[in-house]
Amino acid sequence: MTQTDPAEIFRLEAQDVLEQLEQTLLDLGETLDDHDLIDSAFRALHTIKGSGAMFGFTEVASFVHEFETAFDRVRKGDAAPSNDLVSVSLDAKDHIALLIAEPAVHADAGGPILDRLRAIVGADASKIQPSEHEFVAADILPNNSIDTSEGWNVRFSLPEDGLSLGANPVLLLQELRDLGTCTVSASSKSIPNLEKLDPEICYLSWDVTLLGDCTQEAIEEVFMFVRDGMDLEIRPLPPKAEEVVDNIDYTPSEVVEEKVEPGNSKSDSQSGPSRGSSSLRVAAERLDELLDHVGELVIAQARLSQISYDSRDSSLMGVTEEIERLSAGLRDITMGIRMIPIGTLFNRFRRLVHDLSSDLGKNVEFATTGEQTELDKTVIESLADPLVHIIRNSIDHGLESPQDRVAAGKKEQGTVRLSAAHEGAEVAISVSDDGAGLNTDHIRRKAEEMGLISPDALMSENELHRMIFHPGFSTAQEITSVSGRGVGMDVVSRTMDALRGRIDVTSRPNIGTTVTLRLPLTLAIIDGMLVRVGSNRYSIPLSAVEECVELPAEVAENTSGRNFLSIRGELVPFLRLRELFGTKEPEELHQKVVIVSAGEQRMGLVVDQILGNTQTVIKSLSRLHADIETFAGATIMGDGAVALILDIVQLMRSAQKLENRLRDENKGQAA
Amino acid sequence: MTQLALERNQAPAATVMRALTLELGDELFAIEATSVREIQDIVPVTEVPNAQAFVSGLINVRGRVVPLADLRVKFGMDRPPPDADTRIVVFEITLDEEPVIVGILADRVHTVTDIDLSEVEQPPNIGMRWRPEFVRGIAKHEGKFVIIPNLGPIFSGNVSQSKEPETEVLN
Repeated sequence: MTQTDPAEIFRLEAQDVLEQLEQTLLDLGETLDDHDLIDSAFRALHTIKGSGAMFGFTEVASFVHEFETAFDRVRKGDAAPSNDLVSVSLDAKDHIALLIAEPAVHADAGGPILDRLRAIVGADASKIQPSEHEFVAADILPNNSIDTSEGWNVRFSLPEDGLSLGANPVLLLQELRDLGTCTVSASSKSIPNLEKLDPEICYLSWDVTLLGDCTQEAIEEVFMFVRDGMDLEIRPLPPKAEEVVDNIDYTPSEVVEEKVEPGNSKSDSQSGPSRGSSSLRVAAERLDELLDHVGELVIAQARLSQISYDSRDSSLMGVTEEIERLSAGLRDITMGIRMIPIGTLFNRFRRLVHDLSSDLGKNVEFATTGEQTELDKTVIESLADPLVHIIRNSIDHGLESPQDRVAAGKKEQGTVRLSAAHEGAEVAISVSDDGAGLNTDHIRRKAEEMGLISPDALMSENELHRMIFHPGFSTAQEITSVSGRGVGMDVVSRTMDALRGRIDVTSRPNIGTTVTLRLPLTLAIIDGMLVRVGSNRYSIPLSAVEECVELPAEVAENTSGRNFLSIRGELVPFLRLRELFGTKEPEELHQKVVIVSAGEQRMGLVVDQILGNTQTVIKSLSRLHADIETFAGATIMGDGAVALILDIVQLMRSAQKLENRLRDENKGQAA
Repeated sequence: MTQLALERNQAPAATVMRALTLELGDELFAIEATSVREIQDIVPVTEVPNAQAFVSGLINVRGRVVPLADLRVKFGMDRPPPDADTRIVVFEITLDEEPVIVGILADRVHTVTDIDLSEVEQPPNIGMRWRPEFVRGIAKHEGKFVIIPNLGPIFSGNVSQSKEPETEVLN
């Protein structure tokens, strides 16, 4: 069993609730009269206050209390929602986050925020108590610490291992009795018949009607030490007329089920602590560990397959195939667990756009698509920084000021669109704006000034666009707080290199700029095609492979001139890996060409032999080989030997450089 | 481990270095024993195309891909093919404050022994074929000279700069 600090649980949950609150507030900023959103914000605040008080975060509780009250007033129509309210609430949300992290340090900073709040909502908000009439269905949050009632209906059952862990229902009931008059009835419905009965498991559940003036918090305190895994439901006693509650309503676990949908900001559910049955919080390191082990398993399994294949023992081969199937399944599941929708990341940027647009006095609409696109969690985490820089750039440099926009015949409101989509084995994440577009003349001038290119260098528009990723490159006339130091795009470019991704920039004057980040789906285990060049074996990521053809004899002989192959009428350049790798062994009579693609480009790789497909666990190369660019990493094959993984994108780049050089040389000869 | 600790307690750590001695070419080298992780028989080595001769290979060490270095390149020695005595010494070094696991080829591995650091001499400036920054000192052990290589500069030269002209010539 792991020991968890309850305060840490609160911090984690509060973080979720705060994120949800932020989204709700930003939504509210767009549609001020949406009552659902106001309710949702109210509930989020309520949750933070309640559980904050419960875990001893009194500063948080008292600070949030006033906001809760304010939202209660808005909810009841006593005060009007306004952009000012949203803005002060966002500040409050930040303050709450600080308070939760370091209550003592930030306790005093809340005053000015509350002053602003009072000025906006009017009246002294703190005098009005929130009421508790609006509870939704059965999934009541067990945290309304202030709210009291004539009585409570408490249902609980212990987890299967509750008794063995030391829970004692008799004592629990006794404690409840201390709070008020109790009517207890036990349900024996789930007791199995004698053969199946495990005497160590508690099958009973209890239904307690508690009459008395006590807080919900007090009831929760009774269960504090047995809370994990148990079903507990506390609801205020309904008015007499509705007292009969149909049993069918009581399916708490199903209700909880709906709660895990991310981004479902309309339900107050995500805050409930009773999520046990449907989702589980797992430390990220454990997932990494699991993946490491699966990686080792895949390697061991490959060795086993090899051995069993060599042995020709049919029963061994049977078992091996079974293990192969299982380990492939395990691999997919493990990778799946690590996949999270990118929407979790997108949501963070709404706040950024909101703040930036008010700082810069630009009216910006922020649209997102493809939030459901899933990516490995490490990839998502490392994407946060680059995207911040790109979005900042789009808003600061891309979008024109409202006046300029109107003058250019555009809508006053600019749009920044963030989208994600799967493209084959890659994920494309793009940030596009409808601003002025990149000024290629400007970029060129700047690049010449910095001595990055010579004044007479011929450069395509695309190459010029790419200059913005150069370290220290900035076309901004002045450095603002937002951007202009020339650091941001460099960060983007380096992160993408580390993730084995690439960046495309397209820009059209007066129509806008789109920056697209393309990333491999996963960074850990891929399917690879094993090829042989000389005596060495290499793995090519299967996702990049389009087809394999034989190198025609007449092309093979012609080693000097053209390195092009006609694939169904289309010319595809090819690279002889033997030449690139300086292979000395005699070449195979019939060489093969593996046609690979990256983005829109295609290229052939000439190899000696195609050995087949393998699962490739990517191991990164050490720093000692950091200068070798053509390999994305290495993997361990079935026989225990190491094979290098080809980096297709880098190979294409080096092929292009080679080609350019050859072309230049030819030009030089012609001149 | 405990034995090592005990011995350390008996003699101040500064004066004695517990070292693994190995042979490269005709010379005896000593590597600090605490950094050594394991000694392996020769395994299949995967060649890394276009890498420098010093770290031209990769090996599999218990499921980990480890670069295989050949110190003989840095010391300008002949490099005969591996024979029955050839071993791979796997050890950990720190490059740019990050631990890196590397393997080096040894023509023969001798023993683990204590080297008296008080008798270690600075490498002479004249009369040495090797670049002085690659040698931490020369000790005398059982009547023979033992070279204590300075692994930091040997390996980190590889991280920043990619070409080493003089060794390139020697190859």
